[in-house]
Amino acid sequence: MPALALGIWLQGFGAANADGLAPLTGQPGDPSRGEALLLDMQRVSCLICHRISSLDERDQGQIGPALDGVASRLDNMELRQRIVDARVFNPDTIMPPYYSVTGLVDVADLYRGRTIYDAQEVEDVVAYLLTLTEEANR
Amino acid sequence: MRRRCLSALLALAFCQPVVAEELRSGYTYMEPATQAMQDDDFLNPGFFLVDEGLRLWRQPMGPAGQSCADCHGPVEREMKGVAARYPVLDAGTGKLVNLERKIQLETARMGAEPLAYESPEILSLTTLISYQSRDMPMQPEITPQLQPFLDRGRKIYEQRRGQLNLSCPQCHVDHAGDKLRGDVISQGQVNAFPIYRLLWGEPGSRHRMFEWCMQSIRARPFERGSDEFIELELYLVQRGAGLVIEAPGVRR
Repeated sequence: MPALALGIWLQGFGAANADGLAPLTGQPGDPSRGEALLLDMQRVSCLICHRISSLDERDQGQIGPALDGVASRLDNMELRQRIVDARVFNPDTIMPPYYSVTGLVDVADLYRGRTIYDAQEVEDVVAYLLTLTEEANR
Repeated sequence: MRRRCLSALLALAFCQPVVAEELRSGYTYMEPATQAMQDDDFLNPGFFLVDEGLRLWRQPMGPAGQSCADCHGPVEREMKGVAARYPVLDAGTGKLVNLERKIQLETARMGAEPLAYESPEILSLTTLISYQSRDMPMQPEITPQLQPFLDRGRKIYEQRRGQLNLSCPQCHVDHAGDKLRGDVISQGQVNAFPIYRLLWGEPGSRHRMFEWCMQSIRARPFERGSDEFIELELYLVQRGAGLVIEAPGVRR
């Protein structure tokens, strides 16, 4: 019964559709924890590559697009999918997968089999990014 | 007929559009203060290695009591241009060697105490020898025998790896000049090594930098002095061919 199995899976956590991914956990993300995570440079911060003007942080990257107003462009599912594994949209993306170990090569012992964020951390960062609307940016 | 085919082939080869990346030494990405530090031999914190290297060059090693200088002669004359064409195939072992490995092989042959890859002795001697090629363009001679090593080096360069799933060119080609956090990404050229790196507070080899880069993307690095890192080194020397040797360089 593959159709039924797929149906059950789609209702579960982390279910994917063409554009996005459903929440990974039953606990809603906490935007303040997400912001704290983002400011922690030891945790592969988004700011290494992206810019968020509202944050009081001098050194921000310019590798990826600025995240100002990102919540007005992408919904929670689209944001989540990009953080979990942006290769779904572009296999050659420079963006590291934050919640996937698929296809990784020669990972250092300390990190082998582990994802950059855990599921709840993904939810926290998504919750924080959802506060970055165009209105909030004005 | 055969000649005509050949010339047609050659014409085709030369007519291919070449998208050449403009070569830029890491020097050009540095703050003026760091550039000034490299430019002034008295301020350059890597320069002491040249003096120390010269002392070692003349120091007898091994049971025969011979020094590098006893066989080679004056380093200024005999080592000029050598660093600019390394890595090379070592005739004795048939292996690809860089300066560090070559010095290890030579001192072992002399029966001297083994020198560790990143030891102060090796760093001093490689700095001394590289300094003799200062301002000379890196120019490896890619023979047919060297081609497979170069190809492997390129594969290592282009392989995405580590938890961050990055290849070298994704940053050092696609985003050279862009800011990663507060730092500008360079092309990752190797013409200034050994460098004194301010972040380390000490000098380091090309392979130490490769290791640092791979650790930064949470990948398992190859060993310093490994075949893989020497192949990568060869590829990078070829990629940067034409850039002049700056040793001893100073980097952020």
